Amino acid sequence: MNHYYRKSVTELSALLQAGEVSSVELTEHFLERIKAHDEKLNSFITVCEEDALAQAEAADKKLKTGDAPALTGVPIAHKDIFCTRGIRTSCASKMLDNFISPYDATVVSKMKTAGLVMLGKTNMDEFAMGSSNETSYYGSVKNPWNLNTVPGGSSGGSAASVAARITPAATGTDTGGSIRQPAALCGITGLKPTYGRCSRFGMIAFASSLDQAGPMAKTASDCALLLNAMAGFDAKDSTSIEQDVPDYTADLAKPLQGLRIGLPGEYFARDEQGKGMHEDVEAVVKAALQQYKSMGAELIDISLPNSDLSVPAYYVVAPAECSANLSRLDGVRYGYRCDKPKDLNDLYTRSRGEAFGAEVQRRIMIGTYALSSGYYDAYYLKAQQIRQLISDDFRQAFNHVDVIMAPVTPETAFTIGEKSADPISMYLSDIYTIAVNLAGLPALSLPAGFASSSKMPVGLQIIGNHFSEAKLLNVAHQYQQQTDWHTQCPQEFE
Amino acid sequence: MSIEVDEVRKIARLACLNIEQPALEGYARDLSRILQLVAQMNAVDTEGVTPMSHPFEVNQRLREDVVTDTDRRDAFMAIAPASADGLYLVPRVIE
Repeated sequence: MNHYYRKSVTELSALLQAGEVSSVELTEHFLERIKAHDEKLNSFITVCEEDALAQAEAADKKLKTGDAPALTGVPIAHKDIFCTRGIRTSCASKMLDNFISPYDATVVSKMKTAGLVMLGKTNMDEFAMGSSNETSYYGSVKNPWNLNTVPGGSSGGSAASVAARITPAATGTDTGGSIRQPAALCGITGLKPTYGRCSRFGMIAFASSLDQAGPMAKTASDCALLLNAMAGFDAKDSTSIEQDVPDYTADLAKPLQGLRIGLPGEYFARDEQGKGMHEDVEAVVKAALQQYKSMGAELIDISLPNSDLSVPAYYVVAPAECSANLSRLDGVRYGYRCDKPKDLNDLYTRSRGEAFGAEVQRRIMIGTYALSSGYYDAYYLKAQQIRQLISDDFRQAFNHVDVIMAPVTPETAFTIGEKSADPISMYLSDIYTIAVNLAGLPALSLPAGFASSSKMPVGLQIIGNHFSEAKLLNVAHQYQQQTDWHTQCPQEFE
Repeated sequence: MSIEVDEVRKIARLACLNIEQPALEGYARDLSRILQLVAQMNAVDTEGVTPMSHPFEVNQRLREDVVTDTDRRDAFMAIAPASADGLYLVPRVIE
């Protein structure tokens, strides 16, 4: 029995290049694991068995030429928010349940060009709106470390499938924490790159000024390899940044001697009611910081004074942009259409009323309200000003430190159903991740241990200045050279 | 900040969402709570702060007005809920 599922993308790539395993063998191995385990997890919406095997055969031919890119033949899963030509792209919504995309997202076509084999499309919160994967039209995803708990969201299917080792890696998107929060709750490594680093073309838009695609995998070095394939300028995305893509693996081995780590007091504080980071999470995060200290880093207290305004500002900016983006879903050109519309307005309103879930409708309505006549200054403009203040806080901080470290989430994975009736408590699970999106910064979540009471994974967040992905990956990789949290697999999936 | 059922009905109409009567009350309660959360923004004075619409101060890029993709009209029409003769079908608007 081969244990390919335990191997990292970096290791699988080496085996493929050396001809020690074929892409078809690897693809069959992971497809079998999906068959055996995904009934419990519900992490895939669509599995592409035939296409995957065809892509794997093509990859094997390419590998035989001896001139194949590094990731040729490595299987991957894409979050179902990325358009995939000829394959259903549902965004986990009834609205797009029947949507077969006529084109590929740029991220998907870049990964095809890099030789990666697509196993299927992963489950998520509907239109990426959620922090628990419970808003999916296709049902909740389960956390592989405890099937009664959520995997986080919105990239919950991607995180759960990587954690259960039924795919070596997956793509995700992060608008307010949707890569980092599920990565933390499932014990994997996830990177949200700088805004504009990966193309948004073909990635179904939620909040256009915040959305960013990124890799999710077991290790930081895997994320570096995957980001090499994902990142880059795209003329089809007007907010794509025209900047060269470095080799993100080049700096992985750099020692951390003298690294200045900023610790924002606001992220470690607990108020009088004891609200804030759970003490178990705090213990793991503090132990990780000590590990960094022992590796030669310097811990420096900093302040991000406007942190508490990030959730309020986000719940104006994101809904406002989502209400505009989702207006294209009208039941005319593609997607769901209600039965027997009596007139055009009935067609629009009933199609949208029947096909969007409650959380999506809530956000569309908040956004519509905030942008409606007479309210713009009090809401959207105010939120954009606060965004500037939050961004300024980070600018100041990065004058003194190289990276910022913080928790990813206040607590470990919560029970399915625990927060689904209360939108506000759900929103607050992203309290440590949202500011990064508002400022457009890159940030990474890496597994740092397990909570002593719940025994569930805890993540450490590393935030960097714009375009410092290579630094973040280096800092995470060095930690993973000294620890083995990233190698742990939930028992049930061994 | 509190939103009444009548206001939810108005917002839903602006957002082109058909929401059944029984669901309106729940939405009124949720939207009121979300707006209370959002109201925390008022604690800070933002007089004179430049609004940030984009993480980078960049100008909108322009491109040459040239055809780059081939015509895939049929592929794009094939996924429409109702179409005929290269046209999208909707209920009659003008009698």
